[in-house]
Amino acid sequence: MFITDLFEETYFAIYANKVRSILTILGIVIGIGSVIAMISIGQGAAGSIESSIQSMGSNLITVMPGFQKSFSQISAGRGSAQSLTIEDSEAITQEVPGVLAVAPEVSQRYQVVAKGQNTNTQIVGTVYSYPQVKNIEIALGVFISDQNVRSMSKVAVLGPITRDDLFGENTNPLGQTVRINGINFKVIGVTQSKGGTGFGSQDDVVFIPITTAQKFLAGSNFVSTISVQAESDQAMASVQSAITNLLLRLHNIGDPQMADFSTLSQQDIIESASSITNTMTILLAAIAGISLIVGGIGIMNMMMTTVTERTREIGLRKAIGAKRSDISLQFLAEAVMLTFLGGAIGIILGSALAYGIAFFTALPAKISLFSIILAFGVSAGIGILFGYWPAQKAAKLNPIEALRYE
Amino acid sequence: MLEVKNISKVYKSSGVETKVLKGISFSINDGEFVAIIGPSGSGKSTLMHILGCLDSPTGGQYFFEGKDVSQLSDDELADIRKKKIGFVFQSFNLLPRATVLRNVVLPLIYTNISKGEREEIAKKSLNSAGLDETRFHHLSNQLSGGEMQRVAIARALVNNPAIIFADEPTGNLDSKTGEVVLETFKSLNEQGRTVILITHEKYIAEHTKRIISLKDGEIVEDVINHR
Repeated sequence: MFITDLFEETYFAIYANKVRSILTILGIVIGIGSVIAMISIGQGAAGSIESSIQSMGSNLITVMPGFQKSFSQISAGRGSAQSLTIEDSEAITQEVPGVLAVAPEVSQRYQVVAKGQNTNTQIVGTVYSYPQVKNIEIALGVFISDQNVRSMSKVAVLGPITRDDLFGENTNPLGQTVRINGINFKVIGVTQSKGGTGFGSQDDVVFIPITTAQKFLAGSNFVSTISVQAESDQAMASVQSAITNLLLRLHNIGDPQMADFSTLSQQDIIESASSITNTMTILLAAIAGISLIVGGIGIMNMMMTTVTERTREIGLRKAIGAKRSDISLQFLAEAVMLTFLGGAIGIILGSALAYGIAFFTALPAKISLFSIILAFGVSAGIGILFGYWPAQKAAKLNPIEALRYE
Repeated sequence: MLEVKNISKVYKSSGVETKVLKGISFSINDGEFVAIIGPSGSGKSTLMHILGCLDSPTGGQYFFEGKDVSQLSDDELADIRKKKIGFVFQSFNLLPRATVLRNVVLPLIYTNISKGEREEIAKKSLNSAGLDETRFHHLSNQLSGGEMQRVAIARALVNNPAIIFADEPTGNLDSKTGEVVLETFKSLNEQGRTVILITHEKYIAEHTKRIISLKDGEIVEDVINHR
């Protein structure tokens, strides 16, 4: 028997039962389609989270204060301690090799008032290197300068959303005054919008010089985080450990376990974010996979019916010399052909669904070659798995009884 | 050509043994035209199944072209059927919704004969079975009973078998068409093929050259038929 004969026999058998075949493969179509759609959406979401993390700045390492332990051993949580200062940030700039820029910041939420409008937003006290470290671009005016920081100027740079909230959409607020915590600040710039996905919008924010923030708002010398930009991807690990060693020395801490600060590289954030999205993707695909199993049972049901219906034909084929393997191969090929067809249609529909969802909602979709190969593999596998039993049933038929079958 | 020695067949069903064949011996030579005749329940179908390598006897020996085939496996028997035996059944057993040509080619798909050759062979068989060439591309269920049986005969011939078994080949046909089909077998025999006809009707057996009569699983008569 040639492989082309097998295809021909399979084609005739499926064609003879068009409607039933179509209805049966619908189960596989839905199963494969939903798996493809779910994986695409999951991977698209992972991609978008990753790019939003990347947009916070490239090669970024964030240094945060550690736990604040009171005498009663009650921890107030990571980041609550006040242990980092501008001096730490300057030491990093001067002593750690491979550092491109350092931006300390003090941030807290305040009510901001301008021209009768008010909003509650994040006030970030920082230095001139901040836009470079955090990938922020200036749309209007200028960012805070070194001079502003040294002279504790009362100047503010607005995020585009804050500008919209206070002055109206797409207005030019340069030279206007905003009031933060009862103090007047002159608006000198507006930042470019970064798109508000991921961890809090970077567009709803007001930047002021760090010295001004420490003196007039926070009333202390501590900083909330220090953002460090490494020269390159390769330098990340060495910079991260050099920062840790430097700060341990500056803070007079011998045991790294007792450090009153922590460092977090962008890679760490991406890894933990992608582990979340991967789990979500697997979960979604597993739910869709259940419908595949149901579809497979549908295939098995149809194959069982087909074998019973064609008992006489099987008997005849055996009488004219077909071996058991010829018969089982024929029915297995039919089952695999059905699931394969279902898989192919499912991939097309699933991709269309994923693009449709991406088109009508904010969720991006990303169809990978991997998921298509997986879907084809799975559909062929289901054909073999659920076609095997009916095929064996057909192959084991006694030709005499099969020929007599009414 | 084929020889059976004291073969028996016992069916067991829910503990009850039924002896269908009780020690049958005879031999058939190349080019014979034999009828196996007997009332229903005489064991003639079981005998044909054994002779046609569709079933194995429970006792005795069966030599097909000198080779003992009584203990072969299913697949070994299938191989003999594929190469040496052609079957014609009472109910034709054609594939519905398939063309005449595809039905006749069917046995050849289990061989290594190339596609182009297969059709040639199939057309030749259809010609020897006496089917009109205009019918070759019709669907099998659009044919008359007599035409269907001739397609079935062509299918039995397509592998150039040493022997043809016909199990009540006229049972589903009117007497006139039956006569034509029997003539077809007669002319095949005249071309040198061995034909074994299984029937329960005496007048059909009369067309052959030798009549083996069975009753209750035993041969009661084995005579040369001088027409």
